Amino acid sequence: MNKLLESIRTSQVWRSIFRHGPPVTTRNRTLAVLSNFFLHLHPVKLRRSGVRLSYTWCMGGVTFFLFFVEAITGLLLMFYYRPVAEFAYADIQALNAHVPLGIMREIHRWGAHAMVITVWLHMYRVFLTGSYKPPREFNWNVGVILLVLTLLLSFTGYLLPWDQLAIWAITVGSNMARATPILGHEGPFAGNLTWDGVQLVHAGNDARFALIAGRFVGEATLLRFYVLHCVGIPLAVAFLIAIHFWRVRKDGGISGPL
Amino acid sequence: MPESIKSIANALGDPRLYFLLTVGLLFSYYGFRKTLTKPAVFAGFMAGGVLFFFAGLSDHNFALIALKPDNVPIAFMLVLVAFFTWLSLRRAVINDELRKRGEPNLEEQVARQKVFTWPDLVFSELICLLVVGVILVVWSIYLKAPLEEPAAPAVSPNPAKAPWYFLGLQEMLVYFDPWLAGVVFPSLIIVGLQAIPYIDRNPKGNGYYTFEERPFAILTFQFGFIVLWVSLVILGTFLRGPNWAFFGPFEYWNPGKLEPLINVDLSELFWVYGLRQPLPDFWLIRELPGILLLLAYFGILPIVLAKTVFRRMYIEIGFARYQVMSQLFLFMALLPIKMLLRWAFNLKYLVHINEFFLNI
Repeated sequence: MNKLLESIRTSQVWRSIFRHGPPVTTRNRTLAVLSNFFLHLHPVKLRRSGVRLSYTWCMGGVTFFLFFVEAITGLLLMFYYRPVAEFAYADIQALNAHVPLGIMREIHRWGAHAMVITVWLHMYRVFLTGSYKPPREFNWNVGVILLVLTLLLSFTGYLLPWDQLAIWAITVGSNMARATPILGHEGPFAGNLTWDGVQLVHAGNDARFALIAGRFVGEATLLRFYVLHCVGIPLAVAFLIAIHFWRVRKDGGISGPL
Repeated sequence: MPESIKSIANALGDPRLYFLLTVGLLFSYYGFRKTLTKPAVFAGFMAGGVLFFFAGLSDHNFALIALKPDNVPIAFMLVLVAFFTWLSLRRAVINDELRKRGEPNLEEQVARQKVFTWPDLVFSELICLLVVGVILVVWSIYLKAPLEEPAAPAVSPNPAKAPWYFLGLQEMLVYFDPWLAGVVFPSLIIVGLQAIPYIDRNPKGNGYYTFEERPFAILTFQFGFIVLWVSLVILGTFLRGPNWAFFGPFEYWNPGKLEPLINVDLSELFWVYGLRQPLPDFWLIRELPGILLLLAYFGILPIVLAKTVFRRMYIEIGFARYQVMSQLFLFMALLPIKMLLRWAFNLKYLVHINEFFLNI
């Protein structure tokens, strides 16, 4: 057995992937982090306080993990789902009926709920440890935007099952945009903007119309939210996560006593 | 579960009592933190909560709302927020004690030691990841993702609720018009969060848990996060039923339950009830009491506060930062103030200018 492992470890294939020996010596542990694409996000060494779960709660890491889970399960769900009012609901019913032991929709849905919670808790921890203080002010800001984008990801995904829960939750949520000052047709001052007695801001051109692509939540909204959910917002989130992680390193790693 | 406990729980769930209780709980938790953060005391509280939850499940109405698949994560969230609030305060109490004795705090004790990412960090990350992955898979196997009736734009459900994480905002609609509750306040929450690092110039408490070195920052944030956000999400999810009427945790969601609204505006209170004369026709004169009140609130109160309770802060952070901080702080305080005014005087609007759809 040991001989077999040894022969794998010395094979050309293995050594083409891992260019160092087993990570039991200081040198190889350093190389393990530096020469691995995924691990090189980390520093080689860090303060012991930064690895304690009682300090970090691991909530940022869990959020990142859940983002991955959502991306993968979401991709699989896209194979079965058409963002058209005619098919959307039936596709999900078919998914439940025809895929034996399928839990991808469940993982996607519960993972999304969990991600909203973990991202809140991550912010909570960062606040309570004062980790937004200099030099991390900018990264806190990137984090706030990521939190808002997480909520928007969940909000746009909420509509896609195209059931009663979906359209009415989005209707209630997007009704708020009607009341935007000046830009929403029921908002303050919008009624005072008139031209020859015609109201300039109305249900066909206000902020809510721009958000849901219509006067009410309909087919166009479904497509718009689908594109935002599957492409637009995930791209923005991935971009900001890269900046967020990069800045964690540049700002001195996981926060700790100065 | 005995009926008497159910009726007490129903009564405590009333939005007024519920809100005041959450506020009281938060501040007394900090006030008596040395006793209340002892692990045994906390474990007792949690055990009591869990026991209440499982005993409550025997009640049909409670089980109906608590076991709704989409509500399960919200119950989890409540447990997690309680646990992490306790954990952070526990460590803060210990750290504050150590600081008084002049010893290094829990984080400082280990900060000087350096560990290798491989294996220390990589393995604890892997374990976290596996634990979360397993929880997610088990959860997904046992709880099916719900799918309701197909979308019918003509048939609106009652209650029609926003996605659960926005229910705190929907609860604000009881007290404010949509332009404030749905547009201005959410924007200010985001702006306010982003402003935090630039307002808070206190260099202490960076990288370790503490309460006594930054009590105002922590209590303000906790008030916003726990009382105004998490607890209102819980209220909106579990205690608001048809017509957004209040229902106790053990109460049947009767769609016929209506709460009579006999709310009055400040202008009516001032002119009609106070001066015993009809409302003036011109909006500016009619609404002058409310407008003056708000101008005083946002214009004069910050100055008064700068001379009194925020004196030291004003000197420390300077004029510009203080202006931003006090405006954000007063906007946040507007919600509990409006709640109290509604409950005490049935106040509907401080300023009610229908001419511009401008109601505050």
